[in-house]
Amino acid sequence: MAIEDFISRHQEILENSPLDLASNWKREHPATKLIGCYPVYSPVELIHAAGMLPVGVIGAGNRLEIAHADSRFQSFVCSIVKSTLELGLTERLKFLDGIVFHSICDPARNLGSVFKRNFPDMMVEYIHFPQNLSSPHAVDYLTAEYQRLKASYEKMAGTEITDEALRGSISLYNEQRRLLRELYALRKDTPQNLSTVECYVLTRIGTLLPPEEHISILKEAIPGLRQRNEKPKDRIRVVLEGSFCEQPPIELLEALEAAGCYILDDDFLLGWRWFLEDIPTHGDPWRNLANAYINQSVYSGVKHDTREPKSKHLIDKVKETGASAVLILAAKFCEPALFDYALYKRALEKAGIPHLCLEFEEKMWIFDKARTEVETFVESMLFD
Amino acid sequence: MVGSTEAAKNTYQGQMHLLQKEIMGRYFERLTRAAEKGEGKAVYMLISGNPVELIQAFDLIPVYPEIDALQLAVKKSALPFIQKAEELGYSMDNCAYVKADVGLFLGDRKTPFATIPLPSLILCNYVGCNVYLQWFEHLAEYCDGELYNLDIPFLRDPSGQPSPEDITYVVRQLEEVIEICERISGKKLDYARLKAIVGRSGETGEMWSRIKGLTKNIPSPFDAYFDSVTMMAPLYCLRGTEEGLRFFETALKEMEEKVQMGTGPLAEERFRFIIEGPPPWPYLRTFRDLFSKWGAVAVASTYSTVGGLWEFGFRHDANRPLESIAQHMLQWNVTNRNFLQRYQQIRRYVQEWHADALVIHSVKSCRLFSAGQGDMREYFTKELNVPTLLIESDIEDPRYFSEAQIKNRIDAFFESLEHKKLVHAAAEAGGAA
Repeated sequence: MAIEDFISRHQEILENSPLDLASNWKREHPATKLIGCYPVYSPVELIHAAGMLPVGVIGAGNRLEIAHADSRFQSFVCSIVKSTLELGLTERLKFLDGIVFHSICDPARNLGSVFKRNFPDMMVEYIHFPQNLSSPHAVDYLTAEYQRLKASYEKMAGTEITDEALRGSISLYNEQRRLLRELYALRKDTPQNLSTVECYVLTRIGTLLPPEEHISILKEAIPGLRQRNEKPKDRIRVVLEGSFCEQPPIELLEALEAAGCYILDDDFLLGWRWFLEDIPTHGDPWRNLANAYINQSVYSGVKHDTREPKSKHLIDKVKETGASAVLILAAKFCEPALFDYALYKRALEKAGIPHLCLEFEEKMWIFDKARTEVETFVESMLFD
Repeated sequence: MVGSTEAAKNTYQGQMHLLQKEIMGRYFERLTRAAEKGEGKAVYMLISGNPVELIQAFDLIPVYPEIDALQLAVKKSALPFIQKAEELGYSMDNCAYVKADVGLFLGDRKTPFATIPLPSLILCNYVGCNVYLQWFEHLAEYCDGELYNLDIPFLRDPSGQPSPEDITYVVRQLEEVIEICERISGKKLDYARLKAIVGRSGETGEMWSRIKGLTKNIPSPFDAYFDSVTMMAPLYCLRGTEEGLRFFETALKEMEEKVQMGTGPLAEERFRFIIEGPPPWPYLRTFRDLFSKWGAVAVASTYSTVGGLWEFGFRHDANRPLESIAQHMLQWNVTNRNFLQRYQQIRRYVQEWHADALVIHSVKSCRLFSAGQGDMREYFTKELNVPTLLIESDIEDPRYFSEAQIKNRIDAFFESLEHKKLVHAAAEAGGAA
């Protein structure tokens, strides 16, 4: 199948009902246990090493009507919290054996408890990631946290997670992340050859399929994409920031590009691309996994690293990619992203980097307003 | 129906309130002296599970931006600060405590109650609330103060307890905080002094716990929401000091006398309710009157356990100062407990404090409290059959308080409770006949 056909077929699935990819896979592999991973980052290796499949439960897109969850979570709570609960309340998560939430924000944390009460058959785990990254004790703590999960997942899988198995899973996911970094580098260097939607689809399917399958898809796709030779259009080059948890609708990504942007880098599906380099496979794999979180991971609105301001990372990214502007695309009601914006705005203005801030909701249907705003912004950049 | 004119006459004041004004006045004077004359060094901290004992041990000044923000709201002067922050890029949907504080921080830090000193240390005790991390990260960007994230692992184990590794992690971090405080204050930790302070915190916890137990009496001697908030400021700012301890001794004595006399905050106690969620500070008095006119008294509140949960038995232990500070932060406050543990805390209140109903005050700013309270209502109404009212406003932003709407909801709720009581009484009488 041509890569274009492959992507458009998967784009349709992702637009309609992303979890179908995983639930279909489960139907063909009924013996394998599936663990849902709420954004942002989950230590997927740990789940995989127990012989289970980690699956990204990253919202429900804009085709699911919220009919029940809005009586549990108020109007001022973000869409993804409600859509995830709605998926559960409408029995669309039955194919999962467990789900894991993390200390990313207050609504996500409470959602974990609400899941526990409403879905007693599902194993609900919760990871507290350290927020004191400068303390030498954080690695010990996170290693212990992973050991706690190990016991929990071993019980669920009915098998021991050996160091060897964990090393194997780390190595596998290293390869997946390496290929995703390649894909992202390809778009950064030649955005005319790989649209953001294509890049997004190729990344997102990796959250819904076994890593082995995703790796072979990427290995086949990337060389083909390298062969493309499109002419660059008159567009501004931007870095997109703020969509690390709830995901914007694919139609919105199309609209942003069509409005005149090449997106050189973004933070979509960030937890699945969490590491800047490979996690070492020699030595204690539990400690390596913990240490990588603290010392080798990307910056994020849900990780509060006092060692270096996030805005410095963003500005570095702008410089490294050669972008000329920043597009902040924050989910409505997302406190981490909205708080970050205040600091980013200050730093970007100081550095003389133009930016545009837009809010989105995964459930949004109409993109004209966003498109017009971006067009206006692009015009001000191109013709000023 | 009890007339609203009667409620308007309530002054809700007693000895405890007067003493609180006096000692908090002195505390705010200390802040002003630090800000204006450079007397002493300020450590910014957050209320949830605060480790104030450590700060007292170094004679550093604990400053809580949450208290500053709520005081601004009570004095109806928060809005211009909130708007200033919004002009700088903060969203309408961000916590208004943070916005009010940022607006204040970036100005001359003068308020109607104190001038707030700049921080020497920005100690982010991350106990539950994720917004805390953002808040202090932002303050650190706006000044030269040193930032330390004191990371408290959330209670996530099915046992509801912290793991031994969690406790070790927190104790190790407290040791790091001690090193920083030694550097900032220029003096070594006096361990015997820390033990004495932690011992006084233990005694304070004992007093506070006994005070809270008194609202099990009928009538309740004070309102466990509106009067408890008066006692919370000394609990966080002065815990571990002699002055703080004396305050709680006085308050306990006064409340015990009220129990003996059979008096409460209202002329007649007609309904007993549990309240969940922080108060609407900009309209606190208005809000209280809406309940008072129905003879409704809060007999327990989750909000009064944000800084610490003592009524279920926890006491600081002078013999294990750091471990007991760690336990307080990890386990003995409502914010670091998971949402379902909060359901159980409220359930205990309903049962042991003999309540007729649950009122959930859902505030937009604090999603730690509010996100998912619809599920809580579901649990209490459907599973436990506890009449539950959910109302929405905000903790800080006056733009989110709609008095008419809230009044209608409260009136309708208590009318229906009254009706139920009458029906129940009639059935009892019929059964007895």
